[in-house]
Amino acid sequence: MIGADAIIKCLEEEGVEYVFGYPGVAICPFYNSILDSKIKTILIRTEQNAAHAASGFARVSGKVGVCAVTSGPGATNVITGIATAFADSIPIVCITGQVNSALLGSDVFQEADITGAVESFVKYSYLVKNVNDIPRIFKEAFHIANTGRKGPVLIDVPIDIQNAEIRKFAYPESVSMRTYKPTVKGNMAQIKKVVAELEKAKRPIICAGGGVLLSESEKELRTFVEKYEIPVVSTMMGIGAMPTEHPLYFGMVGNNGKPYANRAMNESDLLIMVGARVADRAVNQPDLITENKVLIHIDVDPAEIGKNVGPAIPLVGDAKHIFKDLLEQEFDCEHKEWVDCLREYKKMMMPNRNPDPNYVDPAGFITMLSEKMQEDGIYVADVGQNQIWSCGYHIVKNGKFLTSGGMGTMGYSIPAAMGAKLVDKKKQVIAVCGDGSFQMSMMELATMRQHDIPVKIVVLKNNYLGMVREYQHYTYKDNYSVVDLSGSPDLEKLSEAYGMKYLRLENMDHAKKTLDDFLVKDESVLLECIIDPMDLVK
Amino acid sequence: MKRIYSVLVENRSGVLCKVAGLFSRRCFNIDSLAVGETDDPDVSCMTIVSSGDNRTIEQIEKQLNKKLDVIKVKTFGETSSISRELLLMKVKYNKSNRRDIMETCDIMKAQIVDMSKNMMLIQMCDTPERVQLLISMFKSVSIVEVARTGTLALQKCNETD
Repeated sequence: MIGADAIIKCLEEEGVEYVFGYPGVAICPFYNSILDSKIKTILIRTEQNAAHAASGFARVSGKVGVCAVTSGPGATNVITGIATAFADSIPIVCITGQVNSALLGSDVFQEADITGAVESFVKYSYLVKNVNDIPRIFKEAFHIANTGRKGPVLIDVPIDIQNAEIRKFAYPESVSMRTYKPTVKGNMAQIKKVVAELEKAKRPIICAGGGVLLSESEKELRTFVEKYEIPVVSTMMGIGAMPTEHPLYFGMVGNNGKPYANRAMNESDLLIMVGARVADRAVNQPDLITENKVLIHIDVDPAEIGKNVGPAIPLVGDAKHIFKDLLEQEFDCEHKEWVDCLREYKKMMMPNRNPDPNYVDPAGFITMLSEKMQEDGIYVADVGQNQIWSCGYHIVKNGKFLTSGGMGTMGYSIPAAMGAKLVDKKKQVIAVCGDGSFQMSMMELATMRQHDIPVKIVVLKNNYLGMVREYQHYTYKDNYSVVDLSGSPDLEKLSEAYGMKYLRLENMDHAKKTLDDFLVKDESVLLECIIDPMDLVK
Repeated sequence: MKRIYSVLVENRSGVLCKVAGLFSRRCFNIDSLAVGETDDPDVSCMTIVSSGDNRTIEQIEKQLNKKLDVIKVKTFGETSSISRELLLMKVKYNKSNRRDIMETCDIMKAQIVDMSKNMMLIQMCDTPERVQLLISMFKSVSIVEVARTGTLALQKCNETD
């Protein structure tokens, strides 16, 4: 058995179903060995998207997503995808081929110091120097990626190591690393403090971040807040932690969030942040949100507590464990008045849009789309104005909402949707992007066709890089610079070229019928919606 | 505020780079950094002197603990630790200042460990402040080269050890 066979055996041991990637000479032994395995390979059209697809797969399956690319440019291309996964704490393992280990450091053809280059974007990385280390390294990598604060792990494997004979293959049953023992169970004394604060509080609020979804504690959160009638807001990554129309949910916070969500957070006297890192988009002025209130920060990563906001009552642990422990505590709290007040704010502060009837109104369209989507459908938003509209108007029922929140990587939606679709082909998966973000990953239409991955795509077309245009509108008084997207392809012809069904919507008149047509069959469809180029998210 | 971090790490290639990279990426200061193997050849000890406000100091410790090659982080202030630094300094001398140099070395408890017709190599092992003081004393003489180890520090012995 050679190293490459051993890698495949490791992936089989981990229950890997799909490997997203792109071959090259340095990873060829791996792609040769995988032919003898049941693991399916998906040939992505550019390496960055291999990591995005692995990310989409991981976020829906709860398992580690896997991608495998070659050395040099293959490895450097995948960095943006890895950084995107890192910013959102998504568990992926990325295998990169590397030049012969004897040549490392001599700048030979397609050599890149990838472990050095990704250092600040990975949870951990390995450069395999001995073929016999493969089982241990892979066992550790999968463990590291999907425990504690999840994240990407990169394993760089020189080609001679992939080809070297391994002495004996034995996959370790457990991981023993003296440097890695994440705290998942919350400290009981701290939990008691949280309860004490909740008993005192008159206006408590929970701000749910992506950590709630990563720990799969949506149910526990819901049960807890329903039991004690605690209102919830979320960050962008926390969308889906509560169903959008839940009576205790008050929307996304932040400068692109709902005004009533921000008001709720500001007026609370007890703010419980769960699995949120309090970054600038969610909390503009971290010092202000701690004014006149007690802050409790729950996170599996102790370094997040006190990093951007503080001082707080820290509670380190996995949200699922913590909500379970909190549910075992019996206490009294009563804040019907506060919840009623927030409901009043919500009614009062509903955004008032006046869409031009000559165009598709993105807000109305997205709401209509989510109403018609399957209950457990998966909605993948790209980055740009489309993302903000999606966050604001998509209604999550029982499904998932995926987007690149931390890094804001354009082009995320289509590859991530492909990864998500492969988890369960019965589920409806819809990628919503703008014409800018679409063109950043439209090469993947070929992947969808080749591997029969029926993702549905909505392109909100305004012929602009809308988010930047909007920024230039406010900041540079409409002095537009490098945001005009003329020259974009004819999407009808493009769909035809890739053998996809194409639909077009020019205004809201036929929206219902077009959406029915869009959703009726489990097939790839590209729906182009012409939106007002001058429309703003704010 | 100055803070000393005594960081036990896995003795593997690339670890120094990862730790130093963490400091630069997060805009933490490094006043000095010294690394060496411990009694266990698999473990190295990094002594990092840094400074910053309370939040930064706490973040440094947390971020160091997050690194998967870091085994243990101990942090302490200057008063609760013993710090030492080794200095090697080459100076030019002539007949007229030779005595002065030797006297200064005597007072400062520095040693002359090597010399030629016009050069002396001075060694000193003391607290970082005294090392700095010696260097400033020789500013008027012509210093040719200076090499310092950076601060090494361990927490003072206490009853509970």
